[in-house]
Amino acid sequence: MTVTFTVNDRQHQIDTDPSTPLLYVLRDDLALNGAKFGCGLGQCGSCTVVVDGQAVYSCLLPVAALEGRRVTTVEGLGTTANPGPLQRAFMDEQAAQCGYCIAGMMMRAHALLQQHASPSDEQIRSALEPHLCRCGTHMRILRAVRRAAQGMRSAAAPANKDGTP
Amino acid sequence: MRIGRILLALLAIVVIGTAGFVAWAWEPPVALVDTPDPSSIDHERVQRGADLAAMGNCAVCHTTEAGKPYAGGRKLPTPFGTVYATNITPDPDTGIGRWSKGAFARAMREGVGRAGEHLYPAFPYDHFTRLSDDDVDDLYAFLMTRDPVRAQPPANDVMFPLNIRMTMAGWKLLFFRKGAQPADSNHDQAWNRGRYQADGIAHCGACHTPRNALGAEKKNRYLAGGSAEGWHAPALNAESPAPVPWTAKTLLAYLRAGFEPLHGAAAGPMAPVTHGLARVPEQDVQAIARYIASFSEQASPERRHEATKLIGRLNRHARESVGSASLAGTDQTGAVLFAGACASCHAETPQRRGGGINLALSTAVNAPDARNAIRVVLDGIHPEQGRSGPMMPGFAGAFTDQQVAALLGYMRARFSTQPAWNDLPDRVRRVRAGKDQS
Amino acid sequence: MTALPRPGDPSRRALVAGGGALVVSFSLRAFAQETQNAGAEPQSPPLPGSLQKSPMLDAWIRIDADGSITVFTGKAELGQGIKTALLQIAAEQLSVDLSAITLVTADTNRTPDEGYTAGSHSMQDSGTAILHAVAQAREILMATAAQQLGVPAERLKAAGGAVLTADGRKIAYGELVAGDVLHVRSQPESRLKETSGHTVMGKAVPRVDIPAKVTGGVAYVQDLRMPGMVHARVVRPPGYSARLQDLDATTVERMPGVIKVVRDGSFVAVIAQREYPAVQAMRALADGATWTENPESMPDQKDVFSHLLDLPSQDTAILDRGQPASGEKTVEADYRRAYQMHGSIGPSCAIAQMENETLTVWTHAQGVYPLRKALAEMLKMPAEHIRCIHTEGSGCYGHNGADDVAADAALIARALPGRPVRVQWMREDEHAWEPYGPAMIARAKAALDRDGSIVDWEYHVWSNTHSTRPGAAGNLLPALHLAAPFTHPPPRPLPQPEGGGDRNAIPLYRLPNARVVHHFIPMMPLRVSALRGLGAYTNIFSLESFMDELAAAAGADPVEFRLRHLDDPRARDVIQAAAERFGWRRGERPAKGRGRGFAFARYKNLAAYAAIAMEVEIERESGRVRILRAVAATDSGEAVNPDGIRNQIEGGIIQSASWTLYEAVTFDRARITSRDWASYPILRFSAVPREIEVHIIDRPGEPFLGTGEAAQGPAAAAIANAIADATGKRLRELPLTADRVKRAIGV
Repeated sequence: MTVTFTVNDRQHQIDTDPSTPLLYVLRDDLALNGAKFGCGLGQCGSCTVVVDGQAVYSCLLPVAALEGRRVTTVEGLGTTANPGPLQRAFMDEQAAQCGYCIAGMMMRAHALLQQHASPSDEQIRSALEPHLCRCGTHMRILRAVRRAAQGMRSAAAPANKDGTP
Repeated sequence: MRIGRILLALLAIVVIGTAGFVAWAWEPPVALVDTPDPSSIDHERVQRGADLAAMGNCAVCHTTEAGKPYAGGRKLPTPFGTVYATNITPDPDTGIGRWSKGAFARAMREGVGRAGEHLYPAFPYDHFTRLSDDDVDDLYAFLMTRDPVRAQPPANDVMFPLNIRMTMAGWKLLFFRKGAQPADSNHDQAWNRGRYQADGIAHCGACHTPRNALGAEKKNRYLAGGSAEGWHAPALNAESPAPVPWTAKTLLAYLRAGFEPLHGAAAGPMAPVTHGLARVPEQDVQAIARYIASFSEQASPERRHEATKLIGRLNRHARESVGSASLAGTDQTGAVLFAGACASCHAETPQRRGGGINLALSTAVNAPDARNAIRVVLDGIHPEQGRSGPMMPGFAGAFTDQQVAALLGYMRARFSTQPAWNDLPDRVRRVRAGKDQS
Repeated sequence: MTALPRPGDPSRRALVAGGGALVVSFSLRAFAQETQNAGAEPQSPPLPGSLQKSPMLDAWIRIDADGSITVFTGKAELGQGIKTALLQIAAEQLSVDLSAITLVTADTNRTPDEGYTAGSHSMQDSGTAILHAVAQAREILMATAAQQLGVPAERLKAAGGAVLTADGRKIAYGELVAGDVLHVRSQPESRLKETSGHTVMGKAVPRVDIPAKVTGGVAYVQDLRMPGMVHARVVRPPGYSARLQDLDATTVERMPGVIKVVRDGSFVAVIAQREYPAVQAMRALADGATWTENPESMPDQKDVFSHLLDLPSQDTAILDRGQPASGEKTVEADYRRAYQMHGSIGPSCAIAQMENETLTVWTHAQGVYPLRKALAEMLKMPAEHIRCIHTEGSGCYGHNGADDVAADAALIARALPGRPVRVQWMREDEHAWEPYGPAMIARAKAALDRDGSIVDWEYHVWSNTHSTRPGAAGNLLPALHLAAPFTHPPPRPLPQPEGGGDRNAIPLYRLPNARVVHHFIPMMPLRVSALRGLGAYTNIFSLESFMDELAAAAGADPVEFRLRHLDDPRARDVIQAAAERFGWRRGERPAKGRGRGFAFARYKNLAAYAAIAMEVEIERESGRVRILRAVAATDSGEAVNPDGIRNQIEGGIIQSASWTLYEAVTFDRARITSRDWASYPILRFSAVPREIEVHIIDRPGEPFLGTGEAAQGPAAAAIANAIADATGKRLRELPLTADRVKRAIGV
C-alpha cells in the first residue's frame, strides 16, 4: 500500500506494510536519524515528531494514518550549517549529555512554542512530562527551551530604526 | 370582579405556600467556634479519619490539580451548571476551621452548610447521611488536622432557579432519605458492612447508578450504570458489560491496584478512586468488593458460560476473532491502525509485553456506551507521579476523528459480541470537543 | 599500604618551571607499581597515565605529511564529553584549533588499550597520557625545526599548525614529520604549556558531538547504515532460569522479508531484510517458543535483604586502624539499598559483520578490548581476527546491555556471513536483562566522646560483585544460553583503593580508631554489575546519613561536624564553598514542611571532591519529596572543560535524585517484573529541582580528577538528611519513596 505524506516539507510516497510505525519509515526508509527508538511503547518520548502541529509518538503511529499529513522532524528545524532557533538554543546551552533524548524533547518543545510564544516554566515542564532523560540534563533542556522562546520572540518583534532587535 | 378575586386568591395561595415552604426549608446557622488545636485531637480518630477520607475520595473533588490538598476550587460540571468544590481545610476564614462538630455533621448528614445554606447534591450527602457518628467524628478529626490553606473557590454558576439554594430543600423532599440504612437481614454481617462502606463513605452509586431528570439516583436502578465527568460508569449489577463477571477476589485486586488481568486498568475518574483505596486497610476494601460483587455475581448463567469460553480461548492462545461481526470486506483501516499502534501492548498473545490486556476482556470495548473507549484512546491512562502503574499513551494528536472511529469500530467487531456502536465518528468528535461532559 | 597522593605533592607547575628531575605520579597504578617493585631491581620511573601501558608516542598522535593530525584514545565517548575534553588537551599542547585534529576513539585496530571507559578514569588515564604524549610530540617537532632552521628551540614558537621563528620563518608540522620521528618511547616528564597561557584548556569549549545530535546527524551506533545491512531481533527467555523446550519457527520462516531463524540451544533470533518485519517476526517467534522455567528460582523480593545476608560471604577488613575505643555515646544504624538499573534511554544496539573469517563489531560497549577477548572466547576465534569499534550509544552509566547485544550480533553475523547484522534490543530486553546495581546492606556504629568527636568507628558493607564485565565469555548474556553454554566465571571483588561494593566505604574523615569490613557475597540472585559509582552510591548515602545522625547525637551542626573531622584542605574547601553558596547557617530552621541536608564525599577518596547542600519540601498528604534547590561545590583538579564538569555534576544530582526517590527493580519468584517505564518509573520533569547550582573550584596545574561519578553519593545523602530535617524521621532504606516518607510521617 502506498501512502503519500510530507516530511519536512518534502513529499514522499511510501510503499510498505501500512501498519509500520512512522519511526521505522523515518529511520529506515528516509534515513532520518532524529526520531529514536527508546521504548516503542509511548513511554519515553525519544521518538517524538510533530504531525500537523501536534507532538506525537512516531513509534506508535502507523503510516496508514499519515495520508496527506505533514510531519516535521528535528532535521526540519535546521542544519549544522544553518541551525534553527531551537537548535541554536540547545547548542548554546550545551543541553545534552548523551543526547539520545534530545531530538524528541526538541520536537515537543517545537510544538509547544508554535502554540505558546511565551510559555511559563510550569508550562514547559508540563509539556515535557512525557519525556525521559536518564543523564539528568533536565535543567539545561528547560533553559534551552526558554532561550529558544526568547530568541523566537525577539526575532518576531519588529526591529528598531537603529537596527537593534 | 370574579377574575380579580380568583387571581387574588391564587396570589394568596402562592405567597402563603412560598412562605410555608421557606419556613419549612429554612435552616439556622450554627455558631462559629474557635478553630480546634490540632494537637488536642485524638490521634487514632485522625488515623481512622484518614482512611475514611481515602475511601471517600475527598481530596479528589476538594483539590484542584495544582492546588493544595482539600483547599477546594475544583470545577464539577453538572447538567444544571458548574459547581465548585469548597475549601475543607481548617482555614478559619475560607475553609471550615471554625465549624463545630455539629455543623460538620449536619453538612455530611443533611446537606446543610454551617450558615444554614442547602448544599448541592454534587456533594454526595445522600450517601454520607448513612455514616455513623463515630465515622463523622473521625472525618472531622482528620480534616481539622490538615494544613490550613487560605483559598476562596470561584462562585458557582448554576442555572436559575436552582441557583437559589433553598430550592434544594424541594429536591431533598422528593429524593433525599436521611439517616442510616437498617441492616439487611437476608445477608450476613460482612455484606452489611460492605454495604455500609460502599453506599456510605465510598458512595459508589453516586457514579454507578443512573440519575433522573432532576439529577437524583434512580433507586430502582441501583448500580445499573451512570456517568462521571464525561465518562461512563459501567453497571456493576447483572447488567455489567464486563466480559468476565466480577468476583469479590478480582474486584479487590482491581480496587487496590487499579488493574486486574481479566479486566484491565482503571481509567478516567476511577483511577484516583483506586489510588485512594490502595492506601486503606485491606479489610475495608475487601468488604466493599464482596458487597459490590454480590450484585455482579447475579450475572446470567449464559454470561458466565461465555466468560468461561473466552478465558479458555485466551489461555489456548487462540487468535480467531471473538466478535461476531465479520471483518471480511470491511475497511481495513481499523485493523491496520490496531496492528501498528495497539498491538505492541495489546497483543493477543499470553506474553502481555506492554502490560495491556487482550481487549476481548475489556469492559470499555464491550460497553453499550462508546464514551470510555473513545476517551481512553484519546487521553491514555497515566499512573500517579513516580509510582508504577498502568500506563497508556493517548492518541489524540496522532489520529483524526475518522481514524479513531475506524480503530474503535474494528476493536468492537473484533473483540466484542455486542452490536456495533452507532455514529462513532460523530461521537468521537463530540468527546474530543469536550461535549458529553456529564 | 599504597600511599595516596596528598595535596602538596609536587605539581606539574613545578615541572613546567623546569624544576629538576621530579618523579610525579599521575595515576595510582603507577604508584602501586612503584611500591610493588620496591626492593626489586631499579626500574624506570612510571610514565604518566596510560602511557605506562602504551608508551610509544605514535600510539597516541600521528601527524601526516599533509599536516593532518590524528590523536588516538582508548577511551570512549559516553555522552560525558570526553572527546571534547581530550581534543582540548591535544589542541592546547599542539597550539592548533580543535578542528585541526581528528580524534579516534576506542578501536581495537587503531587505538591503545585503555581497558574500560569507566570509574571516572578517562581524564586521569587518557587525558594525562594525551597531555604528555602531545606535549612531547610538540617538543620533538620543535627540536626538529630547531635543527632545520638553525635556531635554538627555546626561541621557536608553535602556532597554527606550524613552528615559527621570531623573524617570521615557519615550517608546517607536516614538513617536520619524517619517517618514524614520533615512533619513540615517551618520557616520564614533559614540558607542558603554561596554564596561564591556556587558550583552550580550562575554557568552555562547545562539545564537538552536540551539533550532530540536535540536527539529526549520524551520532549513534543506532544511526549506522551499511550496504547490505540486515536487521535481527533476539527472542529472550521469560526469566533467568528459563530454557527453550520447543520452538515452532515454521510460520516465521515463511513471513515475507524473513531471511533466517537462528537457534543455538536457548539462544533464538530471527533475521529480516528490514527492521519492522524483524520486530514482527520476533513477536511471532516468541509465540512459537515454549520454555521450561523454575517457578521459584528467585528469592521473595520482600525478604531479599535477609536472603543476601544469609548467603556465604568473603569478609575482608579493608581498614583496621587503632584500637576499639568506647566513648560517651554510641550510635548505630543499618542502611539498605534496593537493586537499581541503568535504564539507558536507548536500548543497547550493535552491528556485526563476519567476512572472510574476520568479525567486525560496531559497539557502544565501554571496553572494546575486553569485549574482543570475550567474543574470541565465545566464538572460538583468535582475538586478532576480531575488531571492535566503539560507536556512541545512549548513556550507559556502567555495564548495561551493550556487550551482550554485541555478542548477540556476533552470533547472528556468524550465522549469516557477509552481511552486516544490526541487532537492536527492545525496551523489555534492556529492562529485564541488563545487569543491575546490586542490593546492598550497610551497618554503621560509632562512638562519640564528650566533646562530640568521633573516637571509634565501625562499618560493615554487604554486597555482590560490582563487576561482571566481559573479559570472560561467561559474562556475555547469550553465551549462557548456547547449546554448549559458557558459565559465569566466579566473581572476584575489585581491590581497594578503587573497590566495588566497598568503594568509598572508608570515610575521608579523621577517625583515630576505625574498622571497615567488606562482606563480599559471590552468589548473585539477580544479574548484577557496575552501575555508575558502584558501591560509592550506597556507602556515601550510608556514611553521610550516619554523619548527620552522629552530628545530631553530638548536638552539632552537620556542616561544622564534618569540618571538625576533616584535615584535607581541598575537602574543607568544597564543604565550605557549598555551605556558603547555599546560605547554610547554623541552627537555621527552614519553613514548615521543608528541610535542608548536607553531604560530602571524595569519589573513591582519590577522584573529584563534591559537597552538596539541598533544600527539599515534603508534600504532607502524599509523602512526595520535592527538591527545591541543590547547591554543589566540586574540585576536579585542573578543570579542562568547566562546562563538562558542571554538566556531569548537575546530571549526577538529578540521576541520583531519581534513584534515591523512586527506583527499585521488582521481581517475583521467577522473573524480573520491571519491564518498562510503567513498571519501573523514573524521575520526570514534574519532579526536577527548581534550581541547581554548581560551583567549581579550579586547581590549575593539579592532576585531572574524574568527575562523572562524584555527585551521586552525596546527592543521595543530602536528600536523606534533608528529609530527616524536614520530618524528624530518619529513612535508611533506598529508595526513599513517597510511600515510605508518608508512612514515617504518619497522618
